[in-house]
Amino acid sequence: MTTIPKFAAGNADSKPYWEAAQQGRLVFKKCLACGQIQFPPRHLCPKCWSDRSEWVTSAGTGRVYSYSIVRRAPSPAHAGKVPYVLAVVDLDDAPRMVTNIVGEDALGVKIGDAVKVVFEACDGGAIPQFQRALK
Amino acid sequence: MSLRNKAVIVGVGESDIGKMPHMTGLGLNAQAAKRAIDDAGLKVSDIDGLLTAYSFTEPYFMLGTVMAEYLGLKPRFCASMIVGGASPAAMLHHAAMAVAQGQCNTVLVCAGENRATGMTRDEAVAALAAVGHPYFEAPYGASIPALYALIAQRYMHEFGLSREALASVAVMARRHAGLHPNAHMRKPITAADVLNAKPIAEPLTMLDCCLISDAGGAFIVTSPERARDLPCKPAYLLGIGECHTHEHLLCADSLTRFGAVESGRAAYAMAGLGPKDMDLAQLYDCFTIVPIIELEELGFCAQGEGGAFFAAGKTGIHGELPVNTHGGMLSHAHAGAVGGLMGIVEAVRQLRGGLGERQVPNAEVALVHNEGGILSSHCTAILGMQPR
Repeated sequence: MTTIPKFAAGNADSKPYWEAAQQGRLVFKKCLACGQIQFPPRHLCPKCWSDRSEWVTSAGTGRVYSYSIVRRAPSPAHAGKVPYVLAVVDLDDAPRMVTNIVGEDALGVKIGDAVKVVFEACDGGAIPQFQRALK
Repeated sequence: MSLRNKAVIVGVGESDIGKMPHMTGLGLNAQAAKRAIDDAGLKVSDIDGLLTAYSFTEPYFMLGTVMAEYLGLKPRFCASMIVGGASPAAMLHHAAMAVAQGQCNTVLVCAGENRATGMTRDEAVAALAAVGHPYFEAPYGASIPALYALIAQRYMHEFGLSREALASVAVMARRHAGLHPNAHMRKPITAADVLNAKPIAEPLTMLDCCLISDAGGAFIVTSPERARDLPCKPAYLLGIGECHTHEHLLCADSLTRFGAVESGRAAYAMAGLGPKDMDLAQLYDCFTIVPIIELEELGFCAQGEGGAFFAAGKTGIHGELPVNTHGGMLSHAHAGAVGGLMGIVEAVRQLRGGLGERQVPNAEVALVHNEGGILSSHCTAILGMQPR
């Protein structure tokens, strides 16, 4: 349903992120000098400029900070999906992501909803999205 | 070195606006530039600097140099600047620096493109999606309206802004455009029209989104000394400031606090003036939520009160703070970087006076705010008819 741009999967900064997604893990780059978790992944830490880092796995849980139900898609790749939910998710153990809320009850999303990461296989890769947690 | 009183805008021009299939993007720029030169009373040979922004419809790489070539100019100061919608005010900043330092005498600043007829609406929406992060936003279908909708939704949740108050920004813009002979959309609209318009990305409808026009705009920056023997009334640059906090929404520190606070503070400090000294404001309005946030960040009202400020009619021509007296990007014109540039054009015209029904009474000091990206790059300028 979603297409990962091929250039994204092959990008030197983000390759481990997409490889982990394909294995069903959400990973982030953590600075070994100051502990900052950075997203998107970069060559150096945007807070202290250390170039020493490690990849850490997130529990993939968080809350919806904001959302929009999109009814006009920006590209043919997304046109078949409307209406779909674009959201800002604040992860419990990692930074904020712009992502989709998916699942049968996605259009009922509200700010503050608890969500958990899911991985959708697409076009030879996988993309991290979120589902509303069951009450 | 403070730029206060060191540069003036002496000529302004806008192209024909709307659907102009007989014009190219460069042609629209050229038409606006010719009108700005005529307005200033300058000769083409007086121009020794040129700044322009970017274009999605034209295939050229070095757009500043291309623009100079198209106009037959050989400037000694020339560039294309890309800080999105903030580019025009940022170009004013750079032009003023160049003039103040004697790098050149007279700078033509122009922007615009044939976005209405040079590409389809779908192509325009797809091209604009490039503002989103190509790897971490675009795969999720993050259109520009949707990214701004995320900000609007959070704002409504946190500050209790009503959908009707949000719509009042578009209604007022259209009312002002009705007073402007060259505005793209002049037919009056109501809040109900905005609410019932085609939904784009909730809570935003089509009428919460800026236009897609064919349009070009231009202004000319020179020194106060050079302006002395020109027939037009120069508008002084009193203060200007910038702040660039992020490009992509996912990297913004906050979705409720942006860099207009800092750019505004810098501009006020340079001018030695504050929000209460402004007679009008031309605020960037790519989406209805944006001027509400800018009104607050620039100190015209407290956070959370911008929507009520618009809804109460305080931004009308005879209101407490007239805003976007030309109709803004929501109703006057938007194409490429020209949206914010038209705010500068209108500010200069208001300061000169004589606009009839559209004229803000006793307009002596005007604020212009441009922003680019997703409230990412900010530039605030303060213009006045007298040096201070």
